[in-house]
Amino acid sequence: MLDTLILSRIQFAANISFHILFPTITIALGWLLFYFKVRFDISKHPVWMRAYRFWVKVFALTFALGVVSGITMSFQFGTNWPGFMESIGNIAGPLLAYEILTAFFLEATMLGIMLFGFHKVPRWVHSLATFLVALGTTFSAFWILVLNSWMQTPAGFEMIDGVAHATDWWAIIFNPSFPYRFIHMLLASGLTVCFLVAGISAYRLLKGDNKKAPKLTLKTALLSAAILAPTQVLVGDFHGLNTLEHQPQKIAAMEGIWHTEKGAPLVLFAIPDEETQQNRFAIEIPKLASLILTHDANGELKGLNEFEGEHPPVAPVFYSFRVMVGMGMLMLLMAWWGSYQLLRKKNLAPLQLKVLVGMTFSGWVATLAGWYVTEIGRQPYLVYGVLKTRDAVTTVPGEHVAMTLTMYLLLYVVLLVAYIKTLFWLANRAVEVEEYDLTRPGLVENRSQPLQDNSPDTRTGAAL
Amino acid sequence: MSLLTAENLALIFGGLTALSILLYAILDGYDLGVGITLPMANEPWRDTAIASIGPFWDANETWLVLAVGLLLVAFPAAHSAILHALYLPAALLLLGLILRGVAFDFRAKVKASRKTRWDYTFKAGSVLATFSQGFMLGIYVMGLEYTSGSIIFACFSGFCVTAAYAMIGNAWLIGKTSGELQLHAIRQCKIAGVLTLSGILAVSTINPLVNANALQVWTEPPMAYLYAAIPLLCFAMFIIGYLALKRLPLPQDHGAWLPFAICNIIFICSFLGLALSFYPFVVPNQLTLYQAASSRESLLIIFWGAVVVIPVIIGYTALAYYAFRGKADGLKYY
Repeated sequence: MLDTLILSRIQFAANISFHILFPTITIALGWLLFYFKVRFDISKHPVWMRAYRFWVKVFALTFALGVVSGITMSFQFGTNWPGFMESIGNIAGPLLAYEILTAFFLEATMLGIMLFGFHKVPRWVHSLATFLVALGTTFSAFWILVLNSWMQTPAGFEMIDGVAHATDWWAIIFNPSFPYRFIHMLLASGLTVCFLVAGISAYRLLKGDNKKAPKLTLKTALLSAAILAPTQVLVGDFHGLNTLEHQPQKIAAMEGIWHTEKGAPLVLFAIPDEETQQNRFAIEIPKLASLILTHDANGELKGLNEFEGEHPPVAPVFYSFRVMVGMGMLMLLMAWWGSYQLLRKKNLAPLQLKVLVGMTFSGWVATLAGWYVTEIGRQPYLVYGVLKTRDAVTTVPGEHVAMTLTMYLLLYVVLLVAYIKTLFWLANRAVEVEEYDLTRPGLVENRSQPLQDNSPDTRTGAAL
Repeated sequence: MSLLTAENLALIFGGLTALSILLYAILDGYDLGVGITLPMANEPWRDTAIASIGPFWDANETWLVLAVGLLLVAFPAAHSAILHALYLPAALLLLGLILRGVAFDFRAKVKASRKTRWDYTFKAGSVLATFSQGFMLGIYVMGLEYTSGSIIFACFSGFCVTAAYAMIGNAWLIGKTSGELQLHAIRQCKIAGVLTLSGILAVSTINPLVNANALQVWTEPPMAYLYAAIPLLCFAMFIIGYLALKRLPLPQDHGAWLPFAICNIIFICSFLGLALSFYPFVVPNQLTLYQAASSRESLLIIFWGAVVVIPVIIGYTALAYYAFRGKADGLKYY
């Protein structure tokens, strides 16, 4: 029953799910660090350096996990999915090559300078390295989302003897779903980081940390989230309309529409039943799905019945979509509630801090759920309309895949637990120890860059 | 433009892939080597040794991604044939690289009581990754077949590559450290050098015996006379290197980078030797570069990208090495 195909799919899903957790953080955290660094360079106020020093540790750890789990991916194509490159290698190859050449080397080399070079290079070079690391992570996201979007909405190619050949690289790169997916992912990264930073900062405050840096990072994160969250709702809506145009069966699965209908209701919750082709225990709002997707209360939405044998499994897509939207709404509410309180009363209530700690990894949940919607929603195709998943799989024996899958799963559980424990351990230690303590004698900063103002609080009001 | 025929492009990409593998072996070789002989008895030494590779390891490992990536995009048929045959050792290689890579950061960030645990992970990951690479190389040399003979040879090859990485890793430490740790690295480098030399001798003997293509390359005049320079240079380097190690350290730290330079030449010679033995095959005795290459238009797109970007990569990599020149003792991590 568990053959090479299903085991390879589980293994790929496990690898890529584990991997995406870390780039989702590093893309936006890189830009946040650059922001901290620029604020420090301009104001010379140590609180910005303290924020930088704490979060650069998180960045380094996250980046390392992203790199090593990413190497696994470059092997997986060949080991488990040889049919993928055989069929569309002429498209995917250059995109992956450009990712390695323009992004991987840049971020990896500059990271060394960013982490170790503070006293080795001029200050502006260090800031430039921080900028280039952030730029590298974003380039990487650009190329990989080009490839992923092309697999969803392929364009600019022709098939000759079952092999794709590029005809128009511009059309390949800016394929129909790419702009939406790219922006959607960048915003997801931004929100994930906002809630990570807010959660860890709130944790430090709850632990009695009364230094300025966690308050500052909490405020930065919450106010950013208050802007990013509604933007994400808007972009997500556009992305959905784009999917309706190019992959209508994915929308039908997301919305649980079994039969083509006019004035389709929005299903808030239900248990989709694949056998009877209907939703059980459905809670619906009449006509709302049609209104959202066609901007007409009586608009027609195509049902799964029109895509016999060509549509994805309904339940995982349907549930993942609700998890993503639900988590997004929760993030929106929390960001607005917290920002309102911060702007009105300067401090968050303990209850709000606790909720934020609970939501530290809410971005991960929403991002994973979103990827499950779009990736499972593409099935049974690997490349929509071009290559079916089952036609690309390896002939490696199932037992071998089962062995490596077990190995990866065990490893990932251990690493994830270690990662989360280390984040909170770093936060606990930061409560006790002052980063970038300018009162400590013999500090290099004191010698090279004398700062008269040693108390963390006097100038912060102006800096904020 | 007319020079960029499908054949020439296959050759160029074969060369680029080979260059990436060679750079990977040298660059990640030295940082894996530092991990292999990580001194578990002395924590300050471990801190310095790991600090010496801290700014570089990530970029070094990227050469593996590029090598595998180039194989994947330029020779997809070879990529799947090779990795299909090397499925399990490749998984162990990845396990080793993952453990080693995360240990870098965890060791610096976890509770003090847990640090040693991550140092062991670092060492074990380095050994596993290196041994797997050697094992994969061994299976490749034996024509990607699993027989009891080829597995024994592959295990032996695993030991040889482990010795070679330990050699270049300690040669790096000689340049990057001073005092007791430097003396320790000199001793380790000597032992690893002797083991590497015996490994190279054994592989050079066995390879032409199992590989008809290799036998022909190394024995057929007139080119064989020219090629003979490669092993001669390689063995001369071992002798010079041994003599240098006996005299080091010198006052004012003169010659501290000589062992590392010699190791580089040894790596280049060994790699050239292997590459010549297999050319034009990319999958031994089955598939040539020319048969496995992707379509011309896709290779052209990557070619122009590579022409523009690779010099830039080499440029900023050189800048990074320049920024972190000198001893690693004072390197601080943020």
